[in-house]
Amino acid sequence: MIHNQTMIDQRPAPSNTLGPVAWLRANLFSGPLNTLFTLAGLYVLYLLLVPTIQWAFINADWIGTTRDDCSREGACWVFVNARFTQFIYGLYPRSEIWRANIVFGGFFTLIAWLAIPRLPFKRWVAVFALIGFPIAAYVLLHGGYFDLPRVPTHRWGGLMLTLLLASVGMIGALPIGIVLALGRRSNMPIVKSFCVIFIEFWRGVPLITVLFMASVMLPLFLPSGISVDRLVRALIGLTLFQSAYMAEVIRGGLQAIPKGQEEAAAALGMTYWKRMGLIVLPQALKMMIPGIVNTFISLFKDTTLVMIIGLFDLLGIVQAALSDSNWLGFSLEGYVFAAFVFWIFCFSMSRYSQYLERKLNTGHKR
Amino acid sequence: MTQAATNLSGTGMSKSKSDLMVEMRGVNKWYGDFHVLRDIDFEVKRGERIVICGPSGSGKSTLIRCINHLEEHQQGDIVVGGVPLTQDVKRIEQIRRSVGMVFQHFNLFPHLTVLENCCIAPMWVQKKPRREAEEQAMRYLERVRIAEQAKKYPGQLSGGQQQRVAIARSLCMHPDVMLFDEPTSALDPEMIKEVLDVMVELAEEGMTMLCVTHEMGFAKTVADRVIFMDQGQIIEENAPEPFFNNPQSERTQLFLSQILGH
Repeated sequence: MIHNQTMIDQRPAPSNTLGPVAWLRANLFSGPLNTLFTLAGLYVLYLLLVPTIQWAFINADWIGTTRDDCSREGACWVFVNARFTQFIYGLYPRSEIWRANIVFGGFFTLIAWLAIPRLPFKRWVAVFALIGFPIAAYVLLHGGYFDLPRVPTHRWGGLMLTLLLASVGMIGALPIGIVLALGRRSNMPIVKSFCVIFIEFWRGVPLITVLFMASVMLPLFLPSGISVDRLVRALIGLTLFQSAYMAEVIRGGLQAIPKGQEEAAAALGMTYWKRMGLIVLPQALKMMIPGIVNTFISLFKDTTLVMIIGLFDLLGIVQAALSDSNWLGFSLEGYVFAAFVFWIFCFSMSRYSQYLERKLNTGHKR
Repeated sequence: MTQAATNLSGTGMSKSKSDLMVEMRGVNKWYGDFHVLRDIDFEVKRGERIVICGPSGSGKSTLIRCINHLEEHQQGDIVVGGVPLTQDVKRIEQIRRSVGMVFQHFNLFPHLTVLENCCIAPMWVQKKPRREAEEQAMRYLERVRIAEQAKKYPGQLSGGQQQRVAIARSLCMHPDVMLFDEPTSALDPEMIKEVLDVMVELAEEGMTMLCVTHEMGFAKTVADRVIFMDQGQIIEENAPEPFFNNPQSERTQLFLSQILGH
C-alpha cells in the first residue's frame, strides 16, 4: 500500500518555538514557580552586582601616585597602578626591564603563533619555543653574557616569575609524566617499580613540604661549596611534583585506548616506541586534554606556594607591597588584582583546551 | 624438517623447506592453568589457503595470534618464513613485518585518515618516502574498492568499509602471509559479502592465507585445507570437499551439523 506519492515540502517551524521571546518563555517563565525563581534570582543578582560594579568601576580611583589620590569611596586602583611595574617584574632592576620585556614579547608571540591555526611553520616554531627560546630567555634575563649585567634570580619576581615557574613546570611535567605513565605500565619489573615508587612518593607529599625540603634540606645533603640556585631548586621540586600527577592523568588515558590498537600497530611490525608514539599516545593525550589542562591550571596556581621559600611570584609581591606602610589598608585591591590576573591565564587555558578538543575530535566511534 | 604428519589434504607433495611459510611443532600454550593450545603441529606452504574453524574457545584465534607473537607460546617451535620465533624483539618485529593481520574489530587507527592508516607502517617501519607510500596506499585502496574514502576517518565508514581498509593497510606492508581473525564476525549481514569478495580475490592472486572464520561458503570456495579445532587441539584437517561431505571425527560432525544445520 502506498501512503504518499508526492514528497512533503519543508515547512518553517511554528513561530512560538523560535526567537528570544520563545526562549525566555520556555526557560525562565514556563510556570508560576519558575517565574518566581527567575525574579528572585534577578533580585539577588542585582543585590550582588550593583555594589560590586560601583566599588570596582564607578566610585573607583584610577589615576594618581599616592594614597591621597584615592577618595576611598570605591576601589583604589592607584595602588595597583603605582606598583604595577613591581607586580610584573618583581625586583628586576628598572634599567634592565627592557630585557624582561623582550622575553615577555617573545613568550606571548610564540604562544599566539602556536595557538592560531592559520600561521605556518608550526613545527619549527614549536622546536624554537622548546629549545631556542628558553636558552635565549635565560641569557637575556640572567645576563652575564654579551656585556649584559647579571641579574641574580632572587631579584626576579612578579608575574614574570609566575609565568617562568608555570611554563617550565608544564613543559617539564608533560614529558616526564608521559615517561612515568608508560613506565608504570611496563612489563619490566625494575622500571615499573621505580615509576610506581616515584609517583606515589611525589603524590603523597604536600607541595609545601617539597619546596621546604628543596630549599632547606637539599643544601644539607649537597657537598659544601656546591650550591644550587633557589629558583632552580623550586623549579625542580615543582616539576617533579606535577609530573607525578600528570603521569596518573596520562595513565588514565592510556588505559582507555583499546588493546586492539596496540596489537594492530604491533602486527604491522612497529617497535614499542613507534606503537606508543604514533598510535597509542596521540589518542590517549587527545582524550586526556581536559585532565592535562586541569593539571596545568593547578600547577599555575601552585606556583604561588614558592612564596614560602622566599621567592616573590605575583601573589608574593602583591603581599609584600601590602605591608608597605604607605599603602596599608589596600589589601582588597591587591588581592583582587592578583586574582584577576590568575583568572585571565587560567580561563584562557581552559578555553583553549575546549577549542583543542573540538578541533582534534575526528568524530570516531570504535 | 620432516614432512608434517598431519597433512591429510593430499594436495601437497613433499616440498622444499623454503616453501614452508609457517611451521608449528609441538606448540603448547597455557593461560594460567588453562591449557589453550595442546601439541599443535601444522604447517602452511607458500600460496596455501587455510581455513580454521571450531567452536568458540577452541583456541583458533590464539593459534594464529601465536604466529605473529601477539600471544606467547610456552612450548614448542614456531618458524615463520624460515625465521624461528624466539623472545628476541628484533626477530619478532622482523616476522611481523612479513605477516599481515586482519582483526575481528578492524582495529583501524581512529585518529588517522584511511590513507594515513595505510601509510603509517610503510613510512615508519619500511622508511618509504611519503609520496611513494601514499601512491601505494591508493593502489591498494582501489583494489579493495574504497579509494574514494581515502580522506575520511575510520569512524565515518561502515563496518564492511573499515574491514576492507584494514585489509588494504595490511597489504601495504607486502606481507608473505595474511592472518584473518574472524574478519566478518563483527559485521552486519549485508556487509559480509563485500569483505569476503576482497578476500576471495586475494586468494585467487595466490596470497598465503590463514583464516579463522565461520563462513563455510568461503571455506568451500577458496580453502585448500580446512582445519577443525576443539579444546585447543587440531581435531581434523582435510581438503574442503571431504571435510564437509565426509567429516571423520564425531566432534567435527556435531560442529558442522550445528553451523550448517539450518
